[in-house]
Amino acid sequence: MRRIETAEAPTIVIEFEGRDIQARQGDSVAAALIAVGEVALCTSPVSGAERGPFCMMGVCFDCMVEIDGVPNRQACLTPVESGMRVRRQRGAAALGPEASAGGVIPKVLDIDS
Amino acid sequence: MTRSYDAIVVGGGMVGSAIAFGLQRLGLSTVMLDEGDVAFRAARGNFGLVWVQSKGIDFPPYARWTWESAEAWAELHAEIQELTGVDTAYSRPGGIEVCLDEAEFSETESSLNRLQSHQPEFTFQMLDRKTLAEELPGLGDQVVGGSYSPADGHANPLYLLRGLQAGFRAKGGRIEVGARVTAIHRQGRDFSVMAEKGAFKGRRLVLAAGLGTNELASMVGFHVPVHPLRGQLLVTERVQPFLHLPMSLLRQTNEGSVLLGDSHEDVGFDEGTTTGIMNRIANRATRVFPFLKRARVVRAWGSLRIMTPDGYPIYEQPSEIPGLFAAACHSGVTLAAVHVYRLAKSIRDGALPEMLHPMGAKKFSHAAD
Repeated sequence: MRRIETAEAPTIVIEFEGRDIQARQGDSVAAALIAVGEVALCTSPVSGAERGPFCMMGVCFDCMVEIDGVPNRQACLTPVESGMRVRRQRGAAALGPEASAGGVIPKVLDIDS
Repeated sequence: MTRSYDAIVVGGGMVGSAIAFGLQRLGLSTVMLDEGDVAFRAARGNFGLVWVQSKGIDFPPYARWTWESAEAWAELHAEIQELTGVDTAYSRPGGIEVCLDEAEFSETESSLNRLQSHQPEFTFQMLDRKTLAEELPGLGDQVVGGSYSPADGHANPLYLLRGLQAGFRAKGGRIEVGARVTAIHRQGRDFSVMAEKGAFKGRRLVLAAGLGTNELASMVGFHVPVHPLRGQLLVTERVQPFLHLPMSLLRQTNEGSVLLGDSHEDVGFDEGTTTGIMNRIANRATRVFPFLKRARVVRAWGSLRIMTPDGYPIYEQPSEIPGLFAAACHSGVTLAAVHVYRLAKSIRDGALPEMLHPMGAKKFSHAAD
C-alpha cells in the first residue's frame, strides 16, 4: 500500500520489533506499519495463524500489538507517538499468574468415595 | 396448503431448540417456529454454565431434574459433535463458588448441605482460603474460601444453540424463521397454528418461546407467568489460561476470553447496560482476581432472561388440552440435555414425568388474573 499525500505532517520515528520505522504524526500505529509493508501484526490466540489489520475501526481485534510493554493494544485505534516501542502480539496476552495444572483439588478432596 | 407435522414447537431459543431436536431425533416430524430477531433472544445472553451447586436447594424436584441434565450433558455434547461437527466446548472440571466474607461462606455451606440432604449423589467440599489459593494462583486477599463441586461444568452457549438447531435440521427438522404465531386453534385431535409465514398443523404443540410463552398460552386459555430479569455481561480480551474451573460470577472460555456476569435486575423489557451494574460486576471480579484489572473489556451487553414467580422452571400440560405442552426456564443451558432426552420423550409419549408435576403452571393460577 502507498500513502496518498494530502497534508504535510511531521515525520516521527517509532520502533517495531526492535528496528526504527518512520511514521507520520497523526498516523495510527496500524497505518504506519501498513505503510512500511508490515501487515502481519499478531497471531490468533485460537488458531495461531497470522493476523493483520482488517477493519481499521476497532471491531475486528486482528491488529493487536504490544506497545511499550502493554499487551493487546489495538494498533488501529492507537495514534503513533515518537519513540513508541511496538512488538507483535503473539497469541493471548499473559495477565499474571499461569494457570495451575488444576491438581490441588483432587488431592485434597475425597468426594467420590 | 397447510403442512402437517407430528409436533409444532413454538420458540427457536435454547429451550425450543432442545425440545425440537429431541422430538425430531425420536423420529417425530417437527417444525420449529421462530419469531425472528425481533424476539428478546435470551439464548444469546447466556453465561454458559452447566451448573448444579445452586439449583433446587430447597426444592428437590428441581435439584433432581438439574442433576439428570448435568449427568446427560456429556452425551449431548458428543451427539451434537458427531452429528453436526459443532463443538459446544463442554467440559466438566467442577465449579467453584467463591465467598468474599465469612457470612457468605457459612450460608453457602448450609445451602449445599441442604441440597445434599435430598440429592445424595451431589457432592461438594468447602475449601478454605489456603486450599483455594493453591488451586487458583493470583486469588485476591479478600476471598475467604469457597465451595467446590465436581458436578459443575460449562459450555459455549452460542455453539450449543447452533448445534441444537443444526442437529434438528440434520435429523430432518424444519425451522421457520420470521414465523410469529398469531392464533392457535384446535381442529379435532390436531392443533392449527397461524403464523406470519403461513399455517401449520400438528398433533402435538409445544410452547417454549421464553418471554413470549404467556402470550401464546393465553391464546389457548391458560397462563405461564414469566417475566424478564435482566443480566448484564462483560467480556474481556483473550488472555492466556489462568482459570480452568468455572465460577458463577466469572469463567474463562476455551478461547481465552473472560466472561464476567452474575447480575440480576428487574427492569422490565430494557435490554440495555448501565455503568452502575457493570462497575459492580467488574469490582467483584477484580476482588476475586486482582490481576483482572489489567484485562481490557471488549464488549458488554444486557439480556432479558426468563423468570417465574418462584424462580423454578415451569412445565405445564393442561389436562383439558391433550397434546399441548409449555416449557419455560431460566437455565436453558444447564437443562438442555434433559430437555433433549427426557422431556422430548415424555412429550412424544403424551405425559410429562411425575417429577415435573410440582413445576406446573397451575400453582400460580390464583395470581394469574
